[in-house]
Amino acid sequence: MAQGQAALLLLADGRLPAGGYAHSGGLEPTVQAGRVSDAAGLERFLVGRAETTGFVAAAFAAAACERVARDDTAALSALESELDARTPSPELRSVSRILGRQLLRVMSTIHPHPHFARLGTVPHQPVVMGVAAAALGLGPRDAALAILHESVAGPAAAAAKLMRIDPFDVHAALARATERLDRLADAAANHADALASELPSRGAPLSDIAAEHHRSWNVRLFAS
Amino acid sequence: MRWSAKLSTLVPDKPAMEENSMAKTTPTNEHRALRIGVAGPVGTGKSSVIATLCRSLSDEFVIGVITNDIYTDEDARFLRSEGVLPAERIRAVETGACPHTAIRDDVTMNLIAIEDLERDFAPLDIVLVESGGDNLTATFSPALVDAQLFVLDVAGGGDVARKGGPGIGGADLLVINKVDLAEHVDVDVGQMVADAEKAREGRPVLAISRKRPETTSQLCDWVRQLYRAYVDGSHAPVDPGPMAPHFHATDDGGHVHSHEGGHTHHHHGHE
Ligand SMILES: Nc1nc2c(ncn2[C@@H]2O[C@H](COP(=O)(O)OP(=O)(O)O)[C@@H](O)[C@H]2O)c(=O)[nH]1
Ligand SMILES: [Mg+2]
Repeated sequence: MAQGQAALLLLADGRLPAGGYAHSGGLEPTVQAGRVSDAAGLERFLVGRAETTGFVAAAFAAAACERVARDDTAALSALESELDARTPSPELRSVSRILGRQLLRVMSTIHPHPHFARLGTVPHQPVVMGVAAAALGLGPRDAALAILHESVAGPAAAAAKLMRIDPFDVHAALARATERLDRLADAAANHADALASELPSRGAPLSDIAAEHHRSWNVRLFAS
Repeated sequence: MRWSAKLSTLVPDKPAMEENSMAKTTPTNEHRALRIGVAGPVGTGKSSVIATLCRSLSDEFVIGVITNDIYTDEDARFLRSEGVLPAERIRAVETGACPHTAIRDDVTMNLIAIEDLERDFAPLDIVLVESGGDNLTATFSPALVDAQLFVLDVAGGGDVARKGGPGIGGADLLVINKVDLAEHVDVDVGQMVADAEKAREGRPVLAISRKRPETTSQLCDWVRQLYRAYVDGSHAPVDPGPMAPHFHATDDGGHVHSHEGGHTHHHHGHE
């Protein structure tokens, strides 16, 4: 169990220089639209994100980790298209690939591994997370947990810049979410060897619409 | 055009599994452009300095520009509207309100933006990277640029240069801009330059104004000289790094701080 914990912390650390700080995980347009305005609203947003797109990303990260570990490169390509199909917003597809490219750039530099050559130049972030986890000797559940952590820690870090909120309240929400993230990581890892087409497809339509609006703003703090 | 929109032209909306691995798209050092960072507080004239360099040097060098924006892509739009370079050679990176991080702790976005620019317009001679204006402590990482300018202006006060800090003390060139305004803000430019030279232990300082062509031509000469040194391999990149030890005057004659251990001190022009 304790095996690889340090590697997982490395991968999940927001200070990993992969450019995540420039994104709010959809929080900026949501705050602007008045749908989140206080700590309770932020907590609902974070839970919703973890349970929907976070969970889908986790299942794809787990599946990518499992496939690359057994050398099934063709299957990675299927994951890419299945994840596209689960991301209706063109903006969010693009953001996921930008973040994936950045993560690939960092991980292949700091921890070179033949696995990284199996990815294209602009792969989806969850797929890169799965491959990076495998390269670090981690398993599908670790990959799932890392991306779930990222899916809530990113918008949580952005919250202090976007709304009037006590940072302790932000982190209290993250603390309350830990058991949920563990549970979701278990569930996502159960899908690791499922057919790509059978992977979970939960969605958050309002986030997709918000991302499309956000991309057209002239003035914004975050890139997404 | 926004960066995200620009990038979407490079990011095919389909899997790119069959494409080359990252390493093949990354330009090798021998072919890559000289990368010059332009840092300094908001409004001191970073964009104007870049416009001047592009205007004066674009007959000699193929130049590309990356701007780092805080809220908007205004800097990129300003530079495109100046018409100093083909618009597509000026790209904006969105820094998520962390201009400091984007040039120092987490340079991945900027690095990818530079490499894309170099690949799309190969061969470029020089890439200029404008930092989103931050405070006096923000300097570029040596992982991102080969050399950097730090831009102050006389309107920020004659004392700023004396206060030092990593950018003022250690940048390859310190630019004191808008000297045409000195008489209106009661700044003695000669004194400000002397203070800066002292803080910089001999590294170069240029006092310039875009209204005085003889001063901006000195700036261009500095870049030409840097380029020659870069190409012949004699340019040694330096890192302004963390705060250098500095002196505080006190009643008992002062004491020296040494900022050890690589702490980042966020004093905003302290004292
Ligand atoms: N008087 C004077 N104004 C200048 C000079 N250079 C720049 N400015 C003005 O200073 C303001 C800020 O310049 P800008 O280049 O946008 O600064 P940045 O925020 O550092 O990029 C603009 O209004 C410029 O027109 C100069 O040499 N003299
Ligand atoms: Mg500017």
